Amino acid sequence: MTPEAAKQDKHTFVLNMGPQHPSTHGVMRVILEMDGEHILEPEPVLGYGHRIQEKMGEARPWPGFMPNTSRMDYLSAMIYNHGYVSLIERMTGIEVPRRAEFIRVITDELNRIQSHLLWLGAFLLDLGAFTPIMYTFDDREQILDILEDVTGSRLTYCYHRVGGVARDIDEKFVERTRAFIARLRSRFKPIYYDLVTSNIIFIKRVKDVVSFTPELARRYGLTGPPLRSTGISYDIRKNEPYSIYPEFDFEVPVGTKGDCLEVYNIRVAEMEQSLRIIEQALDRLPEGPFRNKIPRKVKLPQGDATFSVETARGELTYYLVSDGSDVPYRLKIRVPSFSNLSVLQELCRNMLLSDLVMSLGTLDLVIPEIDR
Amino acid sequence: MNEYFSDLFSGAKSLLVGLSVTIREMFKPVVTVQYPREKLEITPNFRGHTELVKDPETGTHKCISCMMCQKECPSDCIRVKGEKREGVKGLALVSYSLDFTKCSLCGTCVEVCPTAALEYSQEYELAGYSSDEFRFDLLKRLEER
Repeated sequence: MTPEAAKQDKHTFVLNMGPQHPSTHGVMRVILEMDGEHILEPEPVLGYGHRIQEKMGEARPWPGFMPNTSRMDYLSAMIYNHGYVSLIERMTGIEVPRRAEFIRVITDELNRIQSHLLWLGAFLLDLGAFTPIMYTFDDREQILDILEDVTGSRLTYCYHRVGGVARDIDEKFVERTRAFIARLRSRFKPIYYDLVTSNIIFIKRVKDVVSFTPELARRYGLTGPPLRSTGISYDIRKNEPYSIYPEFDFEVPVGTKGDCLEVYNIRVAEMEQSLRIIEQALDRLPEGPFRNKIPRKVKLPQGDATFSVETARGELTYYLVSDGSDVPYRLKIRVPSFSNLSVLQELCRNMLLSDLVMSLGTLDLVIPEIDR
Repeated sequence: MNEYFSDLFSGAKSLLVGLSVTIREMFKPVVTVQYPREKLEITPNFRGHTELVKDPETGTHKCISCMMCQKECPSDCIRVKGEKREGVKGLALVSYSLDFTKCSLCGTCVEVCPTAALEYSQEYELAGYSSDEFRFDLLKRLEER
């Protein structure tokens, strides 16, 4: 019986997936109207992890929001820090030393690789492949150790500061990062390519499963690797460059077909590009101060400003309206996972249940970021 | 039919390739640590909860009760009490309470401290039976150290 026929006959049932479900990667609930194994209507329910992050930003002086920025998308914490400090710098005109910009880019890209590695493991876990997550976690731990040594924290870094970064990096950091670059590069082919990318069973499973089209992507404001898999080359680091990204030579991997395999390939290629950026930044790392002295109480000038950065999941935009005091009047955060989730309903209609799990994995949703 | 067997063959081949990766890795050194029995050394830069710094010269803390940390704390989890005492410049510290249940470990207090009287603790194994166990009196902790 086709799904349409089933709908007329009303031989359908409702299946509740989540809020506690391993493949929703957090507390998200999807109400599924099912016909056997086919989904007639998926309906995501949000808000289980809502923590009034935006309101918290509007209720205290702007430096007090710094720790919160790490706690929305816990996998791109560094990039979230970067976006917020850059927004304040844009509003107040505070200068950043050149060395600090380099440190920011290096830590951002390490954070991005870390996020993609976790995604790689978790995505394959969703498909039922258990082994790869062991290898990705091994590599990811290396990054966390490097970042812990300089920031003091493994996940919620709170490392970038307005006017620089909290602590300078040393020779040990540079050495360890270089060793990590060599290590990860030497593992792409013998481990990830042989074990996963070239595996015919994996390819047959993920090929042609979801179809992101450019039209769909534009309609829903899709962002990040799913957007780039449709052939639209849109990366904030290239299209609306911030920090010192224009100085580096890197490519934005773009796909053509917009299926799961394409998104997978893009994320793996992005890791390689991030390694390239880190390598160039380490080579050109200038000497000098890592943090400018800023006055103790900095008021935000009246008006508004936005700042966008490219997180591991796509475009993140901060929008701040100020009434002239040091407490933001309105702080709006537009997160990539939210716009990526909005596509789910249309994308997964008439799909198999196991394919929905895969689509959720492909979109790489971080639920606390959606709920904020 | 031909396609069916070629699929079967290529599938089996990829499985063997994957298996060779895992077998190769099996003979590499173990990277995991048997946690409660074995412990890794943590970095000296680790950002735990705060402690008062013990000044080696005076044998006590360096806090001048200026309330900077209390004012700047975004989570409002620090309470500093000081009083005027004879012979002490500024205010003498009476109690320094840190409500670790609310702390978000951002490190703002350590950064704003004008006398560098605060440092990060290296403690990471924090578990207790009630939330009262995490309302620290840092002055008492310093004396016990």
